[in-house]
Amino acid sequence: MRPRNIGDVILDVKNISLSFGGVKALQNISFDVKEHEVRAIIGPNGAGKSSMLNCINGVYHPQEGEIVYQGEVRRDMDTHHAAESGIGRTFQNLALFKGMSVLDNIMTGRNLKMKTGILAQALHLGPARAEELREREFVEHVIDFLEIQAYRKTPVGRMPYGLQKRVDLGRALAAQPKVLLLDEPMAGMNMEEKQDMCRFVLDINDEFGTTIVLIEHDMGVVMDISDRVVVLDYGRKIGDGTPEVVRNDPEVIKAYLGVGH
Amino acid sequence: MATKKNGPVIALGVVLGIGFVAPLLAGQPLGFFLEVTLGGLMAGVLYSLVALGFVLIFKASGVFNFAQGAMVLFAALALARLAEWLPGWVGIPAGLPALALAFVLATGIMIVLAMLIERIVLRPLVAQDPVALLMATLGVTFFLDGFGQTIWGSDVYKIDMGISKDPTIILESMFQGGILISKEDLVATVIAAVLVLGLAIFFQKTATGRALRAVADDHQAAQSIGIPLNRIWVIVWAVAGFVALVAGMVWGAKLGVQFSLAQLALKALPVVILGGFTSIPGAILGGLIIGVGEKISEVFLGPVLIKAFDLAGGGIENWFAYVLALLFLMVRPEGLFGEKHIDRV
Repeated sequence: MRPRNIGDVILDVKNISLSFGGVKALQNISFDVKEHEVRAIIGPNGAGKSSMLNCINGVYHPQEGEIVYQGEVRRDMDTHHAAESGIGRTFQNLALFKGMSVLDNIMTGRNLKMKTGILAQALHLGPARAEELREREFVEHVIDFLEIQAYRKTPVGRMPYGLQKRVDLGRALAAQPKVLLLDEPMAGMNMEEKQDMCRFVLDINDEFGTTIVLIEHDMGVVMDISDRVVVLDYGRKIGDGTPEVVRNDPEVIKAYLGVGH
Repeated sequence: MATKKNGPVIALGVVLGIGFVAPLLAGQPLGFFLEVTLGGLMAGVLYSLVALGFVLIFKASGVFNFAQGAMVLFAALALARLAEWLPGWVGIPAGLPALALAFVLATGIMIVLAMLIERIVLRPLVAQDPVALLMATLGVTFFLDGFGQTIWGSDVYKIDMGISKDPTIILESMFQGGILISKEDLVATVIAAVLVLGLAIFFQKTATGRALRAVADDHQAAQSIGIPLNRIWVIVWAVAGFVALVAGMVWGAKLGVQFSLAQLALKALPVVILGGFTSIPGAILGGLIIGVGEKISEVFLGPVLIKAFDLAGGGIENWFAYVLALLFLMVRPEGLFGEKHIDRV
């Protein structure tokens, strides 16, 4: 068992409802995320998992309910502000900058931390150059951490899928987020790649103390690495608790295995 | 990997290459040939400048900015008129000092214009059909053409960069009569080269440049990692405005600042088709190819055609670029360096 050092609630989702026209994607969902924990959201296809993440990082604005982040109620914040306030994320369908190198992709994640003005950068002034070097050093650290040194200059579009997922993670990590949202980080991976990714997720959680909210299909993975699990089905919450509790919850078993009525 | 079908492209390249050296084979003197080529290259640099503005905006926002030509005219008008008025307003000596100050002010004006366009035109139309955005830039074109005249006037104005208009003759010892070049064109070429180099460094080596490329690649992803789209759009339009100002200055110095400058944008269209809509090196090379091709065909092919078919005259310069662009659309629609879009099914 890893030593756990879980803090107070950092993200509190309260009675969120989201609908698109007549389709109710999320209905009255509440759960909280504590600092430094690994929190999983699971559920069958179409359960509303990605919609939930999209609400947290401001892609969607729920019609009802509120999200409290670090003690502050956020309403209608956009993705850019979410990133600025320390919420990083990766994507289910990779959204990397395919034409750019691994290094450049991860550097863009660092852009938020860069403060010199555009004019200083354009003129290549000392402070801008020094900043670039400083941030580059941090990014190299991320690249080492994710073990993709050999691909530093490779355009992302040419890399194998499993490694692209790693670059996506690296880009989010470069911004040093407090809360990292991972949308199916292991989808489409083989066993070995999944094990690597699990190791990275746990290392990030341990070394940087980053709070992690992840969506995952692979139940084995979820049960192994999560501290607590939320279960969604058809936009409703049907379970919440430690992996052991959730695993034995009859509602959850019914949703996953199907039970004759 | 699918094998690339490069055959037609190579064939077109070979035909162009043969066409290029044909005058020499036909016995034209080397000195004159070089002179024409050089003249073409210099005109080409100016096409590249206008095309560069298109490419910058297209890359970052996927908008085909029809207004680039109008921006060139507007910037050139602002520059010419401010340089004329400033000595009277602040007592700065006319000539180069006034031009320098006018250049700074005109840069400011182009930046404000970029902000206004982003706020009034682009932001309300975000996520609309590309055709809507194209039409919007068409509107901006007519607005700027007219509004420019409202503020700055509609005569032909001069921009005096303080360079003599007298041609210089070089390499007299090598060729009979030497090679004639214009100092003005030479200065324009140097300015363009510096600008292009500066932009390349800005795009490749700075954080803002990286953000611009990121937005060009996938703007939703860029936004969710904290790159502010609106600010990036202002920056590209401001940079495109600055490029328009430089293009307006060198064209204006050469031809005088007048309404026909706006028509230059139409010349930039074949240039970007040739070079590829998303490629800065493509815009530059495309401009040079068209500049040289035009001049060579006008000077050498024209007389041949006239003789062979008993035609009235030249005018090849006017259609050469478009025919070449059309051929390119057939054999290589993404242009020389453009990104080929492969959609996975």
